[in-house]
Amino acid sequence: MSGPAPTFTTTAAGWRRASGWLGLAGLIAFACADLAITRNDPGAEMMRVGLGLLQPDFLATEGLGRALANTLAFAFQGVALGAAAGFLLALFWHRRAVRAGAASVRAIHELFWGLLLMQITGLSTLTGVLAIALPYAGIFAKVFGEFLEEADPAPAVALPDDRRRLGHFFYARLPLIWASCKAYTGYRLECALRASAILGFIGLPTLGFHLETAFREGHYGEGAALLYLLFLLILTLRFWLRPLLLPLYLLAALIWAPPVWTGSLQTLVRFVTQDLVPAPLKNGGGAGELAVWLGTLWTEQIGPGVWHTLVLGLAALLLTALLALVLFPLRSPLFGNRASRALGHFILVVLRTTPEFFLAFFFLIMLGPSMLPGILALGLHTGAIIAHLTARFSERLTLRDDSARGLNRYAFEVLPRLYPNFLAFLLYRWEIIMRETAVLGILGIHTLGFYIDSSVAEFRFDRTLVLILATVGLNLGVDAFSRWLRGRLRLSTRGQPIE
Amino acid sequence: MNATTPEEKLAPLFHFQGARLGHGRETVFPALDLTIRRGETVALLGPSGSGKSTLLAALRRQHESLCAWCPQEQALVPMLSVFHNIYMGGLHRFGTWRNLRALVRPTPSQRDSVAAVAEDLGLADKLFTSVDRLSGGQAQRTALGRALFTERPVLLADEPISNLDEHQGQALLGDTLRRHDSAVVAMHDRALALACFERVIGLRHGQTVLDAPSASLTLADLDTLYQP
Repeated sequence: MSGPAPTFTTTAAGWRRASGWLGLAGLIAFACADLAITRNDPGAEMMRVGLGLLQPDFLATEGLGRALANTLAFAFQGVALGAAAGFLLALFWHRRAVRAGAASVRAIHELFWGLLLMQITGLSTLTGVLAIALPYAGIFAKVFGEFLEEADPAPAVALPDDRRRLGHFFYARLPLIWASCKAYTGYRLECALRASAILGFIGLPTLGFHLETAFREGHYGEGAALLYLLFLLILTLRFWLRPLLLPLYLLAALIWAPPVWTGSLQTLVRFVTQDLVPAPLKNGGGAGELAVWLGTLWTEQIGPGVWHTLVLGLAALLLTALLALVLFPLRSPLFGNRASRALGHFILVVLRTTPEFFLAFFFLIMLGPSMLPGILALGLHTGAIIAHLTARFSERLTLRDDSARGLNRYAFEVLPRLYPNFLAFLLYRWEIIMRETAVLGILGIHTLGFYIDSSVAEFRFDRTLVLILATVGLNLGVDAFSRWLRGRLRLSTRGQPIE
Repeated sequence: MNATTPEEKLAPLFHFQGARLGHGRETVFPALDLTIRRGETVALLGPSGSGKSTLLAALRRQHESLCAWCPQEQALVPMLSVFHNIYMGGLHRFGTWRNLRALVRPTPSQRDSVAAVAEDLGLADKLFTSVDRLSGGQAQRTALGRALFTERPVLLADEPISNLDEHQGQALLGDTLRRHDSAVVAMHDRALALACFERVIGLRHGQTVLDAPSASLTLADLDTLYQP
């Protein structure tokens, strides 16, 4: 029997090959990435941040209550509007145009929407609400649309055929997906609270605004308090988010921060018909000038931006995968004891709850600008999410009575069984990693967001538009590739918790 | 394979006296009295739901380190090869690093030892194919292989040959019993139970309604077990 190594024709071997290629791409990305620690004494800075985290100062921030209320108000209004619009779009999910439109609006990050909208509606509630509502409408449309697609068609088929389609819908379709829609909207509100807080980084008056100021000025205790408040909001969500109270919350949000349009129609028209128009066309040039303009933009900004975004995203994907594989046993009932699981749960909750944008910001302060803070932040946050989902999935496994323990159990019994789910979660998250990678540019990491942020600062919105379209293209490309790979490996996240 | 001294042969291996067995709150055996000695081969018979699987699980709990285990639901890892599923039976015999190495790239000696087991089970050509690509009978033989590779003296098996044809089933059962000094096997084939085992225990509604040397039993005696 000894001789050349055997060829395995196993299902696991297919997954291993795909993982091998992705891992190789990740390693190449790490080799190309700028991983420098540019801060002179990162240890000392880390100590100071750590001390701040241990001594939160809840009284230092002026207007804390106001920021907290704004964060909540933007999130509530944004989700309400997004869910309503997404629901309407979901009814037409079978139309290609609706799917493409939804994919495009959700490919643009909340912060990019915020940067664009701010030019029209200023630093107002409307900007904050729309920055959340627009991409969320796309996300809701997709999720609700897929719920409807997967719902059992039998009840609708069983109804007598008449022309009152709406009645059909409310009696035979909606009840089947109602519970899932409700649960998903609750989860989205949690995301919206994070998004709302992050919008502070571009100047909107939410928690993130004060948090950024505090950390930039070295008031780590004050910043820590703001971070803990965000944790508190998100972690207590399930206690105070009751369906019956929802109208009340929404009403309060509308009264506290009414999303009124304060700008003029003229600003909007000028922005769309002039500011967004490429400079050569605005100045009367033709296709030739436009091509030159685009060429320059490509070599100077889009090209490097796309490359850095890809490199950072792929490196973060590899780190995410490795961390998820290491972290999920910490929370799985198949491993460890009660104490180790409690600790694992705590670590995962903290990493999942902290927005990756905040994590990147903290690492940036401690390590200085390079790709390293971005890779660490995305890897830790997404790794924790995938570890959590994988661990939850492992609760459904029943191992045989004589199953091995420890590392043997992990490698032989558990990992092979969970691997398709793990891989599906990872590929599904890849698109989100890319979205977040682009936006990290706002912090000064040279991904596409960096060039977008600079173009806004220079009032060159024609460039902003093209650069944002480049992020949309990149996201759609990665999403298509991930979907292709999932289909090829016959991986599915259907029927599993989505996050 | 495992030499046992005469004293060991007589020693009670499994012993229950008025034991309550069940799952959680559900009682399957209200008060079980049973002794099985080292060296015995026992066939467990009885209609489904009579408590065969419960009894086997309870036996295993009494001597985990002595028992090779072959449960009814097979519990293989479907995406891994026959090789790895059989190898899994022997994980406790080797160091963790050696096991992990076998998962990625087995050494020639690891391959040979597992291949020998697979050969006897007629699985040599499927050794590196994953279990999810096998037939029901092939998967069942893999499960038996996993128990054999455990290399422990007492076999506890639950319907290990139910998916195999008569001849293959009998041959494999005989071969498997020869490699263990004691065995308790849940069966549904009555003729095979009489032919291959020394002792037959008949279960019904959580009670032992029959317990006799198989030499003293006829097929008709066993039929009464299944009558309503």
